[in-house]
Amino acid sequence: MLFGLFILLACQLAGEIIARGLGLPIPGPVIGIVLLFALLALQGWRKGAASAETGPVAKSADGLLANLGLVFIPAGVGISQHYQLIFDNGLALVAALVVSTVLTLMVAVGVFRLVSRLLPGEEPQP
Amino acid sequence: MTATPPFDLWVYLATSPLLWLTLTIGTFLAAQWVAKRSGFHPVVNPVLITIVVMVLILRLTGTSYDTYFDGAQFIHFLLGPATVALAVPLYRSRHLVKAKALPILASLAIGAPFAMLSATGIAVLLGAAPAIVLALAPKSVTAGIAVGIANQIGGEPALTAVLVIATGILGAVIVTPLMNALKIKDYAARGFAAGLTSHGIGTARAFQVNSVAGAFAGLAMALNGLATAFLAPLIFGLFT
Repeated sequence: MLFGLFILLACQLAGEIIARGLGLPIPGPVIGIVLLFALLALQGWRKGAASAETGPVAKSADGLLANLGLVFIPAGVGISQHYQLIFDNGLALVAALVVSTVLTLMVAVGVFRLVSRLLPGEEPQP
Repeated sequence: MTATPPFDLWVYLATSPLLWLTLTIGTFLAAQWVAKRSGFHPVVNPVLITIVVMVLILRLTGTSYDTYFDGAQFIHFLLGPATVALAVPLYRSRHLVKAKALPILASLAIGAPFAMLSATGIAVLLGAAPAIVLALAPKSVTAGIAVGIANQIGGEPALTAVLVIATGILGAVIVTPLMNALKIKDYAARGFAAGLTSHGIGTARAFQVNSVAGAFAGLAMALNGLATAFLAPLIFGLFT
């Protein structure tokens, strides 16, 4: 478990160093995702995919992701400092969230289906 | 040694990380239990319940957010490694990507900017303040990435966290009736749309409906997090 956590932190640290060092406008943990994916691919290639999919890093990742909701809470409680901002913009917020969510679902599923159908001979879809 | 009077004890505990850390985790566990009892109804969201309860406790005890965050920052810190951890489900779904590469890339290339531009566009039209507009941009992305993006483009991170959760719940409630109404039976497409639009909460919902949908939703959540992190500064970087 400790080794897995170390690898996750090391990938995030390397991501922060790359993002800030090069002045990239990308969150460090996002570069960390790319780095960890590369490490897993390397491990899978050397020792077989099963070792990358069930090794210590995967176990630590599964543990964190199973409780993903918890880590949003401290930031979310910060809403207590922004009542005024929300009340003043309530209508715009609700309209933007509802309309955008419905439209995004439709656009994403529509494009996925359209491109699937355009592909020749690739439609044994249930 | 004499016993500490109750008031002095409270003064000590109210400023110690121990109290707020324990309360946050305990409330979250209780909220998870409630969600389970509701049959995991998407509206009974443990994250939302915990935020509401903690805000009420802070209000009732007159505790400042800064004091609370001193304790809760140990949990907040885990946002980073939990985000990096998304590489693992992404690696596990690499075969799905190969099989459906073109539909995935097309849906991502159009869906990721659409999620940001539709929300921010509507907010601008309705005259929302700039901090609100920028906080809305990463609303379809899992909170760990969204909070980082909000910081970078000048949106309010705490507001973003709440908007992300609201979007997740909305998407999870709407997706099944909407897809049924549109008569779309392709569970890969349905799941991908759910994960792209409403990240982890949509993915959890997709897994309850269909395992193929769940796998594609998890994939969409990770890919949209990456795509939005790259696109948001390009689109909104001008404002900061």
